[in-house]
Amino acid sequence: MGRSYRISLPALAVSSLVLVTLALALVFFVAPTDADQGFSQRIFYFHVSIAFTAYLAFGLGAWKALVHLWKRDPNADLESYVAIHQGVIFGSLVLLTGSIWAKISWGHWWLWSENQLVLFLVLFLFYAAYFMLRFSVEPGPQRANLSAVYALFGVILIPVSFLAIRLAQHFIHPVVFTRDGPQFGGWILATYLVSQVAIIVLAYTLYRLELSGKRLDLRVRALRRAAA
Amino acid sequence: MTTAERYVTAAYCVVFALVLVYVVIIALKLQRLEREVAALEPKPTETGGNG
Repeated sequence: MGRSYRISLPALAVSSLVLVTLALALVFFVAPTDADQGFSQRIFYFHVSIAFTAYLAFGLGAWKALVHLWKRDPNADLESYVAIHQGVIFGSLVLLTGSIWAKISWGHWWLWSENQLVLFLVLFLFYAAYFMLRFSVEPGPQRANLSAVYALFGVILIPVSFLAIRLAQHFIHPVVFTRDGPQFGGWILATYLVSQVAIIVLAYTLYRLELSGKRLDLRVRALRRAAA
Repeated sequence: MTTAERYVTAAYCVVFALVLVYVVIIALKLQRLEREVAALEPKPTETGGNG
């Protein structure tokens, strides 16, 4: 009963498809070409949306880890694991789209001098290592507890990564969200907002899809044990 | 097609290729697991009818 308010997976999949199609139409046919960066600025809409979604997924993973440690709920452990997996997938997309954008704008695939890039890479690698820790321990309460503590430590890196560019003195990575709000408006803002919603809905759909797979996997294991 | 257009196309293609590969992997896994559940679940007994 507690979960009856949830939107069904097919409805989420259709919503994702519609929103992503709408976002793409806005990106390529409605949003104006940027005066400074030209056509290449169109990567921004998905690159930034995916980056925020990766932060959200890591944050959700940490929150579920906290719930697990607090209530000892095995579902929260599984949800934390799936959220972090989504964060790593979206994190790899941030790095890939960011590299392509960097190549057009700066002439380099990667710049080690850029704090924003390096700190995001650190965050990404930290959560990638989560899986090495998780799968090096036998399934059970110990693995769930260790994974939860590790996931909670990682959440400290999120504000550090996000604020790095704002604290830096010299940077070439663009800052579009400042204390005064977004540094753009009109169709650029509308396109960004639609893209952001589309990517969040897509990520939530993938999260629910993977979670249903993990729960089915647990059921198969339980059935196998019962049959043995 | 300009260089910028090629790079932007590549960026969006990378996003969709990765998401598509992920969805296909999960869908195949779900199909396999559903087959396994169907095979492992105890079949309903026929004692509930007329006895």
